[in-house]
Amino acid sequence: MENKTVNESNIRQPDPASLLKKNAMLIVLVLVYIFFTIMTKGQMFKPNSFNSLINQNAYVFILGCGMLMCMLTGGNIDLSCGAVVCLFGALGATMMVYWGWGTAVSLIALLAIGIVYGCFLGFLIAYVRVPPWIATLAGYLAFRGLGTAILSVSPTNSISVSDKKDFMSIFSGTLFKTPSDQINMPCLAVGIIAAALVVLLVFKNRATRLKKGYEVDHIYMDVAKSVLGAAVILLVMYKLAMAGGIPTILIWVAAIVLFYSFITSKTTIGRHFYVVGGNIEAARLSGVNTRRIMFIAYLNMAVLTSIAAMTTLARYTTANADAGKNFEMDAISACVVGGVSASGGAGSVLGMVIGATLIGVINLGMNQITLDANFQRVVKGFVLLAAVVFDILSKKKQK
Amino acid sequence: MAKVLLEMRNITKTFPGVKALDNVNFQVEEGEIHALVGENGAGKSTLMNVLSGIYPHGTYEGDIIYDGEVCQFHNIKDSEKLGIVIIHQELALVPEMTIGENMYLGNERGHKFAIDWNTTYAEADKYLKMVGLSESSKVQVKTIGTGKQQLVEIAKALAKQARLLILDEPTSSLNEEDSRALLDLMLEFKKQGMTMIIISHKLNEVAYVADKITVVRDGATIETIDNRGTEAVSEERIIKGMVGREMTNRFPKREGVTIGDIQMEIDHWTVHHPLYPERKVVDDVSMYVRKGEVVGIYGLMGAGRTELAMSIFGQSYGTNFSGELKIDGKQIHMKKSESDAIRHKIAYVTEDRKGNGLVLSQSIKVNTSLAHLDAISKHTVIDGDKEYAVAEEYRDKLRIKTPSVEQLVGNLSGGNQQKVLLAKWMFAEPDIMLLDEPTRGIDVGAKYEIYCIINDLAAAGKSVVMISSELPEVLGMSDRIYIMNEGKMVGEMKAEDATQENIMALILQSGRGA
Repeated sequence: MENKTVNESNIRQPDPASLLKKNAMLIVLVLVYIFFTIMTKGQMFKPNSFNSLINQNAYVFILGCGMLMCMLTGGNIDLSCGAVVCLFGALGATMMVYWGWGTAVSLIALLAIGIVYGCFLGFLIAYVRVPPWIATLAGYLAFRGLGTAILSVSPTNSISVSDKKDFMSIFSGTLFKTPSDQINMPCLAVGIIAAALVVLLVFKNRATRLKKGYEVDHIYMDVAKSVLGAAVILLVMYKLAMAGGIPTILIWVAAIVLFYSFITSKTTIGRHFYVVGGNIEAARLSGVNTRRIMFIAYLNMAVLTSIAAMTTLARYTTANADAGKNFEMDAISACVVGGVSASGGAGSVLGMVIGATLIGVINLGMNQITLDANFQRVVKGFVLLAAVVFDILSKKKQK
Repeated sequence: MAKVLLEMRNITKTFPGVKALDNVNFQVEEGEIHALVGENGAGKSTLMNVLSGIYPHGTYEGDIIYDGEVCQFHNIKDSEKLGIVIIHQELALVPEMTIGENMYLGNERGHKFAIDWNTTYAEADKYLKMVGLSESSKVQVKTIGTGKQQLVEIAKALAKQARLLILDEPTSSLNEEDSRALLDLMLEFKKQGMTMIIISHKLNEVAYVADKITVVRDGATIETIDNRGTEAVSEERIIKGMVGREMTNRFPKREGVTIGDIQMEIDHWTVHHPLYPERKVVDDVSMYVRKGEVVGIYGLMGAGRTELAMSIFGQSYGTNFSGELKIDGKQIHMKKSESDAIRHKIAYVTEDRKGNGLVLSQSIKVNTSLAHLDAISKHTVIDGDKEYAVAEEYRDKLRIKTPSVEQLVGNLSGGNQQKVLLAKWMFAEPDIMLLDEPTRGIDVGAKYEIYCIINDLAAAGKSVVMISSELPEVLGMSDRIYIMNEGKMVGEMKAEDATQENIMALILQSGRGA
């Protein structure tokens, strides 16, 4: 029983226990951040850390959206995306550097190849009924090899794209860059507008629900929600303004995250993803084309993987054989830590974003306290396990 | 008087919302074959699950006294240790393993870490011979037929040193010849002193093999009929016990409903099994339903009723379809697609609301709108307010008891879940509603409310086809009744001509003719 309600007043009373459970990962995120801030004597709270968090984890957010859609359909995953990032990086670099293609042509070509791969994968999984992890395991094994083979045209086994200015400016760098001792005004302005929008949306929604006589949260809840949301946005944008401005990649990440947030929560197709994962037979008998949903999940994943490949190439400025290593695991971890059900049917983009941020913070924090790389892996493994155990236990209590 | 081997005293077992067994008393004497008969859902299998420890001690009330001692079984292992072995309706053999491996699954010969395969196969062969199988125990189970697989199950039970053997519908998947052989084998075991309980729908078999017949109805044992006289007890006598119950005011009256033209008609409808395409599941069925009419389809489990309904609903079950489907007099060539069926204004309300009806992890709201999302969305964007309003409307209309339509369906009682399922399909605005066991597993009060909803649907001019294995319900609710058995329509009756006895008789006659 999550929502205890008083019907007469239509106001949902806040229930501390369920609130705590619902926002557990958010609370953990804040605690972990404070922990590392103390451990690093404040370095974690400096503007550059915010900048690094976004730049280092952009791919997790992008791939996480695709992985979320796959997992929603029933805990299905895509193991191939990391290897595809490597292959597509190699292809893109070859197109631009060796074949002299223009930036636009190269990007469209990459996207087209991504779509073809997605259709093929989707067909295998949805219509031939190959189990997803096997279908994508094949890609995991094959594509890094293929990418490395392509890169062998270069004597160093890597291709640099650092002089392709057009390409670089689309995916990396900073918008309206200012020196680090100044506050970047455009960045701050965007932050203020976004924060205001969040507050406005929360209360506009509340007003319409009240007008139509629907159930609403307690007023404190909505105030807390909007103040917290606005504060986080303002803090991040202020720190970024101190670090020189809005990273270009943030625009991509924000656009993708908002888009998938909308798709999953507001559209019929998003709803179909949830019901297919919740009960595939019930979905089928309710007229949902379950195979098409599976197909779309993997086509969508391939498209997002193409975009992640481009951003990764831009971030490292070279295509090499190690690009995209473990990206699939990072995306899956972000989803799982963010409360996406490992058996499908439950999870949200916001949850995934929190999960990805938490892992990002742990990574960055461990780097800053210069923890041994091997131990970093140990910590990450246990964080993932703890998240899943927590998820299972909290579900058990609900029953 | 022979010694009483088993006594179950005052057994009561409740599931959330339903009392499956109510103060049941049941006695089995040593060396007899005791039959349990009753309609689907009467509580026979529940009683046996209590006995074998599948429902462990503590989840039910009452005592089990076996061989003079009160027993508390915590799992199947406990009951098997005392020689109580149950053979379930669905065969529990692993097809890829050999007969011998299957027989000693969980009961392996030899040491814990070193299975003695020589002993295993030697002993397996011995027991196979006892049940009259000449196969080697080293043969894979998947290579032998279902009749022989059933015998392997029995051999497996013997290998566990069974004293009390429970057979749940042992002949349901067997043909006439194999069934007879199995029954004769049971009589053979009886001579050697084995005690057996058989659950069966096939009353002729029960009359042939059983010494005593206990009738279970609505979770209670009604009577025990002695069958040891010179003349076998008549099937009519058993049926009377199975169905004879009071029928006052259990069904609301349908008033002011005018029955109109034929809404849907199927002609020579034949459907084959999806995995075994040579098997006909629905065999040359013709039927129709008029506007405002409630048509009941009665049949025992496995009669092909669900398969018939699902095959009409966008061919969502089966393969190799033939026959005609007419809606409003026009022939429809439906694709193999559920959404196509919904477009043609057909709804199939499943018998298995948890399995394939509802998404338990989602809210009432999400489930209500699921089959008709187009109606609450514009350009595929869902209008959340409209969706909420629709869910509220149906919550009021069907009196779904819940604090909020945001409540997860999994948290509701069976009756309320069934109402959500109905709400989903009513919101899809169908003309033809195929209701499959609409009151399965819900309590009497909720049943009455569902009946009222059905009456309202008919009053609104919908055509309702109600599949049920509860005879009183079919008789109480239908304008017209079709009777199905083994995939065929074996009869059609007007409600006023139908009685429980003549419907049961029709089924038994058709079963024997086949």
